[in-house]
Amino acid sequence: MRVDVNTFVGAYPFRRVPGTSAEALLQAMERVSVDQAWVSHLPSVFWRDPAAGNPWLYEVARRHQALRPVPAVHPGLAGWEESIREARDQATPAVRCDPTYYGLDPSGAEMRTLVQTCGAEQMPLMMAVRLEDARQRHPNDRAPELPAAAVRSLVRTDPAVRLIITHADRGFVEEVHFGSTPQESARIWWDICWIWGPPEDHLQTLVQTIGAERFVFGTGQPLRLPETGGAKLDLLDLQASQRSAIESGNVSGKGLSAAR
Amino acid sequence: MLIDVHAHFLHDRSPRTDWRERNASRLRAGERVGITVHVASILGSWGATSPIYFPSPADVQYGNDFLLALQRSHPSSVRGYAVVNPNFQSHALSELDRCLDAGMIGIKLAASRRADDPLLDPICRVARERGVPMLHHIWQHRRRDYPGQEASDATELGALAARHPEVNFLLAHIGGGGDWLHSLAAVRNLANVYIDLSGSGVDGGMLEACLEAAGVERLLWGCDLTIDTGWAKLRYLEHLLAPPELEQVGWRNAARIFPPRAFPAD
Repeated sequence: MRVDVNTFVGAYPFRRVPGTSAEALLQAMERVSVDQAWVSHLPSVFWRDPAAGNPWLYEVARRHQALRPVPAVHPGLAGWEESIREARDQATPAVRCDPTYYGLDPSGAEMRTLVQTCGAEQMPLMMAVRLEDARQRHPNDRAPELPAAAVRSLVRTDPAVRLIITHADRGFVEEVHFGSTPQESARIWWDICWIWGPPEDHLQTLVQTIGAERFVFGTGQPLRLPETGGAKLDLLDLQASQRSAIESGNVSGKGLSAAR
Repeated sequence: MLIDVHAHFLHDRSPRTDWRERNASRLRAGERVGITVHVASILGSWGATSPIYFPSPADVQYGNDFLLALQRSHPSSVRGYAVVNPNFQSHALSELDRCLDAGMIGIKLAASRRADDPLLDPICRVARERGVPMLHHIWQHRRRDYPGQEASDATELGALAARHPEVNFLLAHIGGGGDWLHSLAAVRNLANVYIDLSGSGVDGGMLEACLEAAGVERLLWGCDLTIDTGWAKLRYLEHLLAPPELEQVGWRNAARIFPPRAFPAD
């Protein structure tokens, strides 16, 4: 069983990306042996009301059992709590918020309120550090990357909130993990898509220093090749139980799935 | 057969105390992926005693010597690019002679001098006379000067390649950061510029764009600092290409532009 927590459907505004339909995502999943994908609506990351993409996302997920929707929540817009209630009713595995893309202070009052609500609702909150390498972004794609300080701040805001952070590199992961208490860092999961393999061996190091239980399988497809996740795991020296935990166990385990 | 055209090794005078582990990790991962030959370079002292991209002649020489020793100790799996700093012209030319005579199979230029600068012309003449390709570090669409390097982009490499049509150039790490679409447009019509697919970037659509711009005969597989992303691209190419085309990208194109008998199967 392999679950990719970090996938998207829908067009990307800043360059042509092939394979953005749900059908193409399913084909790619089959190609790289992914059984289930947690999927977000890519265009609405850039919309003034990102939740406006949620109905389409829910419809896609209704048509394809292997896709589980991760709807967007913009805590700066009136009525945003309805997005959380709807997500709860739809039994989504998480909701997402990308504050810097929405023009929000990533550790400001709106985000703290969202975190408290997610904690109360036992709904994991997903945030991306970035979507593309900063060196290649379109000149008009100027949203800052999610700061590590914001993640540290948000996880302290509510003792029940659980965060899934995607597209973080080794330095980011270490800064947050070792800048948090063990109780805080136990409520953060990291996807592996941006963490380097050999010869730098960042992922191998993190598995040893932080623990396999903190990582989940994520690819960022179709913005990134989905083959990367499997290649990273195949280059690690892992026990079978650790690999299984990263591929699916950690997202279905008690810590992350208790809310569902 | 699989050739990584863009590899690096570290040495004991680099700032990295884990240099042995990193070198061993590259070789170990290479075995797992099936890399037959790592074509590698060492950029001076990696910043210890002169800047990575502006290495002193002494550091250039030490790095090249270390790589030559590595090539001797791994005769089937390691090959070397001779690294030079064009600003030290006479040293660069003599160092090229020394390293190519000792068995290195290519030239690596990083970012000591802009690619279209006339100081690179004598180095290109050596490449032509010795029949070796030149791997040139590229910032994909350089919009300004970046600290620590006199980086070049594909347009600047293209100007050099146009001046030296008998030399084969490798445009470094198309996935290494920056706007690769800009690079592909710049070298689309330059038959002597090959696209090195290495780099940590694994953007969806990038490999299709490389194929469309340069054709399968001008693509070269490589890893640079991340073997995981190199392997991912290789796996995706298995999906995109027919087996003979995959062989072209994986090694046959490299075998064609490096000197005869540079690789074990030649």
